[in-house]
Amino acid sequence: MINAVGREIPDELLTDGREVYQGKYHMDGKSFRKAGPMAVRREKPQESKVLGSIREACERCGAHDGMTVSFHHAFRNGDYVTSMVMKVLVEEMGLKDLTVATTSLGSAQDRLADYIEQGKIIGIQSSGVRGRIGEVISAGKLRTPAVIRSHGGRPRAIETGELHIDISFIAASTSDDYGNAKGTGGKHDCGAMGYAVADSHYADHVVVITDTLVPFPNMPAPIRSIDVDAVVVVSAVGDPAKIGTKEARITKDPRNLMMAENCARVIASTPYFKEGFSFQTGVGGPSLAVNRFLEQYMVDKGIRMGFALGGMGGNICDLMDKGLVGKLLDTQDFDMKAIRHLQDHPDRHLEISTSEYANAANKGAYVNKLDFVVLAALEIDTDFNVNVLTGSDGVLRGAPGGHPDTAEGSKCCIIVTPLVRGRMATVCKRVVTVTTPGDCVDVLVTDYGIAVNPKRPDLIECLDRASIPHVTIQELQEKAYRLVGTPDDLEWEDRVVAVLEARDGTILDVIRKIKPLKL
Amino acid sequence: MEIRKTALAGTLESSDAQVTVSPGDSGIELTLESSVMNQYGRQIRATVLDVLARLGVRDCRIKVVDKGALDCTLKARVECAVFRSNGISAGKVPWGGDIR
Amino acid sequence: MIPRPKPERFRLRRTMLFMNAQKPGLIKDAYIYGVDSIMLDLEDAVAENQKDAARFSLYHALTAIDYGQTEVIVRINGLDTPHWQEDIRCAVAGGVDGVRIPTCESAQDVRLVEEHVLAAEREFGVGEGRTLIMAALESPKGVLNAPEIAAASDRLFGIALSAGDFHRSMHTHYVPGGIELNTARSLIVMAARAAGVQCFDTVFTNLDDEEGFEAEVRMIHDMGFDGKSLINPRQIAYVHQTLAPTPKEIETAELYVRTYREQSQRGVGVYTVNGKMVDIAFIKDADRVLALAKACGVYHGDL
Repeated sequence: MINAVGREIPDELLTDGREVYQGKYHMDGKSFRKAGPMAVRREKPQESKVLGSIREACERCGAHDGMTVSFHHAFRNGDYVTSMVMKVLVEEMGLKDLTVATTSLGSAQDRLADYIEQGKIIGIQSSGVRGRIGEVISAGKLRTPAVIRSHGGRPRAIETGELHIDISFIAASTSDDYGNAKGTGGKHDCGAMGYAVADSHYADHVVVITDTLVPFPNMPAPIRSIDVDAVVVVSAVGDPAKIGTKEARITKDPRNLMMAENCARVIASTPYFKEGFSFQTGVGGPSLAVNRFLEQYMVDKGIRMGFALGGMGGNICDLMDKGLVGKLLDTQDFDMKAIRHLQDHPDRHLEISTSEYANAANKGAYVNKLDFVVLAALEIDTDFNVNVLTGSDGVLRGAPGGHPDTAEGSKCCIIVTPLVRGRMATVCKRVVTVTTPGDCVDVLVTDYGIAVNPKRPDLIECLDRASIPHVTIQELQEKAYRLVGTPDDLEWEDRVVAVLEARDGTILDVIRKIKPLKL
Repeated sequence: MEIRKTALAGTLESSDAQVTVSPGDSGIELTLESSVMNQYGRQIRATVLDVLARLGVRDCRIKVVDKGALDCTLKARVECAVFRSNGISAGKVPWGGDIR
Repeated sequence: MIPRPKPERFRLRRTMLFMNAQKPGLIKDAYIYGVDSIMLDLEDAVAENQKDAARFSLYHALTAIDYGQTEVIVRINGLDTPHWQEDIRCAVAGGVDGVRIPTCESAQDVRLVEEHVLAAEREFGVGEGRTLIMAALESPKGVLNAPEIAAASDRLFGIALSAGDFHRSMHTHYVPGGIELNTARSLIVMAARAAGVQCFDTVFTNLDDEEGFEAEVRMIHDMGFDGKSLINPRQIAYVHQTLAPTPKEIETAELYVRTYREQSQRGVGVYTVNGKMVDIAFIKDADRVLALAKACGVYHGDL
């Protein structure tokens, strides 16, 4: 069946009431009853929940073949816990047919690629897949199609019961002996733990894994002991130095700076740029650099940002410290500066869950109040559909993250990307995978010019009034193909290796097994 | 033009291509690796063969390791490798003639 | 082959951005930053054993990439090397707008390059006289010969200070404020003005010293330079901003031109505006200011 973004969704996936994507706000106003976890009563006095090893905790929580386990990725590339726990489950306990439901996967979890190839892990549910795991999934080695959800889509799936977690393993920088756990105050801090909150409420069993045990009560804490079965102390949960990826650093690259400056100009030209506006950037170099240029426009106009949302880097914290931002609503931290800032400013740098952040199936996530979001793209096509999941070669190597959530929720969604990367045309005729539908995307800023979605004549008028030159997205696409040549169509096998859910739970696209070109 | 000795041009940096030619005796034997194989493999092959034909190279082993080079870079690397293999890359190059 | 418009000898050249002709990722689209001229470098940026490869890259870059309105200059290798003659053949065959002579020391150097440029234009059927020349002065001898160099050829559009080698031969080094280049800069501006050609200041290499860069740009603007060589696109915006006439300068220039037109229609040649005596000499400069303001995109009036 063809969905609203023109993608063919195989009928065999449309079982159990599963629908194809039917456009934005399709599920708005629908009611449903939330799923609940299996709970257990602990009436007897209990001094401590600390257990001797990960294996003991797994056994206590009834780890078994075929179960679903979950993790969060606040330590990003510095995460130790996912690999550590999976090693115990697969190599020590000999479990198989496991499904791993994590908030994201990257090279820190490369070991899981081996378990996929060995058939021990048969299911992956994640907001993204990078590194070797993406390659083995694309090569068709995972037994069931991977399920890719946005950061808001994941808590939705957990709360509706589509994703049921048997055991959630939550890496925490500190915990007390009862399981009150957080991402600050320990030997290795990750900052906000917004990704793990839904898991802690809805998993049948919750195990907190920390390297810094602190006296009870470790409060306030995003993970509360009433949800926690067991606490395990290990030597190190992660390496904070690896949280900040290359992408997350403020760029000195002149191309990125030029694009960032143009984003700030576009933002400042709209009516939403007024006292109390709200703002989010993605983690890419050019989007993060927008902060720096926005500051001048705010000072010139004498306005302040009401709140910034989502993942936080040091630069937005600096902006707050200069008195230019009211509140930071933080789901995750991208660098040490932001982590320290979260710890030091509990009155205005606030930790939120990803359900609060971006879940389309609650009574109003904060993305719905967002004015601007600036996001990156691997590809964007002439319908403004964005791909942040698959490379132009068809291999899984990205993550929708909060991209579709913020794009749909915000009043003005700006995509910033170079026109071409090497020989890959970023602005293309048809993206490999639609991760964010084009009707949620308003402006495209490239190094070769700006294009506004024709569905937003109001924004076109804003740019014209501010004398900001712009062209059609077709012109940019043609320019890109003139530079790099028209790419050949990728060739696919029938086998679906990953299913991409829209944030409302309908099927937005599927990724098939790529047939590599052999000459 | 003949391939007299093994010669190399280009680098493995992003947006570049490294081309190695060496003498052969059974037509053009092309080995191609590319970071954009699935989308551009055929076009890269066509460009390389086109340049070799234009230079009159009939027998040659050629290895191209492409890191996303544009066509103009690919051509420059293949031409330079062939000219180097004949020791004639430094002067009196037929710009606009065989090189175009 | 992308056809390029005939080069203009005198055009806006506030910024000239150096680019290694051997780096495909860099040269494919250096024009997107809005620089006035791109300087594709075959000299210092290219290793001795890659000079041949750089020319193949350069030729295809010149003929395949649409640089639009951006001027494209090639810096050839020095006249004391075995490379410069082939550099000229390659650049001219590719339809370059101009060549830059490094370490130019005499009018004879310019004329030698001119001969080879002409020969290449004939060899490759490029319009005779099309290719422009600029000379970089990098030695005390070159700077002292600036007047004869600046006047050596009808193709020569300007002379540029290049401080790296100059520092070494003068037994000095970069000094904030530029005292060590004081005489060289002054001589070059004066020689250029005397010969009616343009003049360009040397690169500023410490990208982290924004204050130092900006001070230098203001200084060379005040000295009368037409533009500056740059090593990074990040440096472009400040130069363009600094070299653009101020609103006050534009207003004054407009006033002079308008009043002069009115007065000269009545047959008056000299008159006063706001207590200042104005004559034709003022108007020439006012015209220059308005033309520059238009080119910089800061004047949209009808004069």
